[in-house]
Amino acid sequence: MPINSHNTDSVLSHIRSILDTVTDPEIPALTINEMGILRGVEIKGDSVVVTITPTYSGCPAIDQITDDITKVLAEHNYPSTQVALVLSPAWTTDWMSDEAKEKLRQYGIAPPCKTSLLDDSQGDPHVTVIVACPICCSFNTKLVSHFGSTACKSFWQCADCLEPFDYFKPI
Amino acid sequence: MSTPLAPTKNDLYAYTLRQADNSMVLCQRLCQWAARGPELEEDIGLTNIGLDLIGQARSLYQYSASLFDRPVDENDLAFLRDPHEWSNLLLVEQPNGDFADTIARQYCYDAWHLPFLEQLTASNDTTLAAIAAKSVKEARYHVRHSSMWVKRLGDGTEVSHRRMQDAITAVWPFIAEMFIADELDQRMLEIDVGVDLRALQSAWESQVSALLANATLSKPIDVKAIVGGRQGQHTEHLDDLLLEMQALPRSMPNHQW
Repeated sequence: MPINSHNTDSVLSHIRSILDTVTDPEIPALTINEMGILRGVEIKGDSVVVTITPTYSGCPAIDQITDDITKVLAEHNYPSTQVALVLSPAWTTDWMSDEAKEKLRQYGIAPPCKTSLLDDSQGDPHVTVIVACPICCSFNTKLVSHFGSTACKSFWQCADCLEPFDYFKPI
Repeated sequence: MSTPLAPTKNDLYAYTLRQADNSMVLCQRLCQWAARGPELEEDIGLTNIGLDLIGQARSLYQYSASLFDRPVDENDLAFLRDPHEWSNLLLVEQPNGDFADTIARQYCYDAWHLPFLEQLTASNDTTLAAIAAKSVKEARYHVRHSSMWVKRLGDGTEVSHRRMQDAITAVWPFIAEMFIADELDQRMLEIDVGVDLRALQSAWESQVSALLANATLSKPIDVKAIVGGRQGQHTEHLDDLLLEMQALPRSMPNHQW
């Protein structure tokens, strides 16, 4: 669809549908939109401006995501793309929809609880939430390490099915 | 004459650089644990905290660089400054020692860093506030992790208790510096850009005292403070750290991957 089409809404929705194919390289089950990383799409002159936000300050996936966005839009005849990185408002796992969380679970990652549930435990670092095993749904699970395979996950094990699994930390 | 509401560019540069230097130096220390952790999970844990810190440092260096009076970038600031130009706290440059030493340094810093960031989220400077709002979420997980280890090692075996106590004693001379506000801190506080360091002290002390008691550890008393990091007067350990960290960019200037 030509970028200078008079029907801006349909151009934007076309671009958004293309961006729905861009996934988080570390969590390929979810698109950047479902993750809440994609914050906005605009047309400025002949360019597409895509605004994204990092999950964690040091998330190494953000450069890959930037490249993927530019590449996929170029393949669909949007040759000029600017990817803008914003820090505010800070990314939160609460931006993931229920459907996205269910996809995470099916992928084998326990989805994050709502951050509001953490308020009571902030003062005491030894209080943690109960996390259901994403494989057998047992609540008989234990925290192995606060840090898992990536910055955004902690590492758990299920005491019933014995499988180790990642829990997406609420943030 | 009314109080100026905006900081000078130089002040904002120097203030932002201090926070960046803390994150960068501590990150480098933590990453020295890669493949040397007491267990695989801890290797991953410490380097993940390092990853958060380098992300925070990059945001802060990028902002500092934008305020500098000639064109520089984040890499120039991290890799081309000499030790006396660094303004990090002495605490974060202290060597890793054994695992207890690393945890003592980490916990004492985390317990300061979290309330520091909480205050900074209310800064009049919107960029600093945004970086703080992002970092504060990460810092909550850091303090959760390091405090768990202080408790576990302090209230653990005879050996782990002794080592954790020795480690707490060893870092204590570097604690006072975290709460000393110099003229720059004072100026930034007066215009609601910076953090009130003195106000952090009582909360830090009560939180740390409670954890130490819980971990059956004693709080060192009558310790002579060692200060100077913000003014570029560092312990010899920063020289070694920078020598390693800056070796590649300095030996191959302007290289590209």
